[in-house]
Amino acid sequence: MKRYFDIYRSMMKLSILEQWQYPVANYFYMIGMIAEPVIYMVVWSTVAMQQGGAVGGYTPAEFAAYYIVWTLVRNMNVVFTPYGWEWRIREGQLSMSLMRPFHPIHTDVAYFAGWKIVVIILWLPLAFALTLIFKPDLNPTFVEIVVFFFAIWFAYLIRTMTLSLIGMVTFWTTRVSALFELYFAAELILSGRLVPLSLMPEWIQNFAWFFPFRWAFGFPIESLVGNMTTNELLTGLGMQIAWIVVGLIFVNIMWKFAIRKFSAVGG
Amino acid sequence: MSSVISLQKLAKHYQVPEREAGLKAAAKGLFKRQYKNVKAVDEISFEIQSGEVVGFLGPNGAGKTTTLKMLSGLLHPTSGSASVLDFEPAARSHDFLRQITLVMGNRNQLSWDLPALDSFDLQRAIYSIPTDEFKKIRDEFIEILELKDLVQKPIRNLSLGERMKMEIVGALLHKPKILFLDEPTLGLDVTMQKRIRTFIAEYNQRYDATVLLTSHYMADVEALCKRIIVIHHGKLLFDGNLSQLAEKFSAFKTIGFTLDNSNVDLTQFGEIVSTDGSRVVMRVPKEKTSAITSRLLNDLAVEDLTVEAAPIEDVIESVFAVKKEAVS
Repeated sequence: MKRYFDIYRSMMKLSILEQWQYPVANYFYMIGMIAEPVIYMVVWSTVAMQQGGAVGGYTPAEFAAYYIVWTLVRNMNVVFTPYGWEWRIREGQLSMSLMRPFHPIHTDVAYFAGWKIVVIILWLPLAFALTLIFKPDLNPTFVEIVVFFFAIWFAYLIRTMTLSLIGMVTFWTTRVSALFELYFAAELILSGRLVPLSLMPEWIQNFAWFFPFRWAFGFPIESLVGNMTTNELLTGLGMQIAWIVVGLIFVNIMWKFAIRKFSAVGG
Repeated sequence: MSSVISLQKLAKHYQVPEREAGLKAAAKGLFKRQYKNVKAVDEISFEIQSGEVVGFLGPNGAGKTTTLKMLSGLLHPTSGSASVLDFEPAARSHDFLRQITLVMGNRNQLSWDLPALDSFDLQRAIYSIPTDEFKKIRDEFIEILELKDLVQKPIRNLSLGERMKMEIVGALLHKPKILFLDEPTLGLDVTMQKRIRTFIAEYNQRYDATVLLTSHYMADVEALCKRIIVIHHGKLLFDGNLSQLAEKFSAFKTIGFTLDNSNVDLTQFGEIVSTDGSRVVMRVPKEKTSAITSRLLNDLAVEDLTVEAAPIEDVIESVFAVKKEAVS
């Protein structure tokens, strides 16, 4: 355990140092990412105002709160993508990771966790600017803040597991982009990314409960901006942990078969 | 000495899709794919003793890298078995991975954007090297490879040779017992190649490490390896020492000499390889070496005559040529 702690600490440090080499690039990346929620925010605020000040219970200020928190959760959702898996398998870059005496997924988790630290620091001034412009209605309680803290890291782990599973398909197919696009489409609708899930038809909300998307995106946002009961908050965290455990089990099972298919293409 | 690497009829076959060029063939391939079975490594067997430095030679596509990858646990063999330090490599046990290293001339594991010192610290954590021991060995390697002025520069700002030296330091910090080196001097200039060779030799001596080395530079092989293994089309062609290889496969020897009078027709003695002023290098059939040497000494005013085995590059070329003739 101590050894893994040391590996994670060292890998996160390396990642932070690497990302600080390119703060401007990171900033431009984040600003580009903010365009999406700002469009959603403006559209839904306009709809809300035209419908007498609220839509589905959300006022423009509540939409602002939802989508400003969205920007942080979206950044926490950035993980090693299936495209990355495709690249490293096709180019033989996985070989060097496989020589290390631990599962390569630890490298991904630790590296991107280090990146998140940089992202959170860079996000703070952006969030401040968005707050000044859009004046969100955000009054979280202490419990909500604590739950949110854990929820965004759990969301990061859930998405790491799901995208690693898709990425590992590359061991068989060499290309996985089509599958990832399919995943992305489902995620857009069932996660709360496109629109808060509470604005979706009830059957979609019920459907979303049984997939990981909501727990990796919508739930962390709602835990901070929604008025969830303590029971709902704990259930949400429980669902997140359950998805992490399920993801870990599947990643391990799939890895055992996948590694036998590794042909170190391209080197 | 005990055997630390053992291969018994180790094989790796690939199913490679193949089709004719063009749209028609591509459309046909959608319904019926054709595959070709490629035997990258074809039932090779050998053993390597602890502390040996073995050159693993063969032309491009011979199966050298595939064999190294099977021995380091990256690839699962199709058939046969391999044992490294009494571990089955494909099982990828963490205890096994802690005791080996694989250096590939065209791959890197150090962070591109950071000074090597930061990446070295990650190696310390990965291999649980005690801090004092880590600092000692790191500084020692840095000194031997003369890297002191470079370890604080980002890797991206280093030359190819400097980067390779850093990669080798990073790969050896955990003091592996087995080194799989795949073209470690690829693309480097002569000075840099020599420095890396010296370092590998020193590491082998100091830690009694076993080294399996592939290289297209025969200078690497001559300087480091007493024993060489040659493979071609996945099959083992030769396993023995360098002199045996020359003896077995080279049909020629090289005679070098200096002449007082350069206006002599030398073609009657053998094939002239090069002339540099009065210095001549000539290639002669191996069985006629003694007779031609006598004739040269008797008939001409010769100084400084030397007889040498053919250069190793020529010998290796002969090995592959012999095999090609045997196959065709």
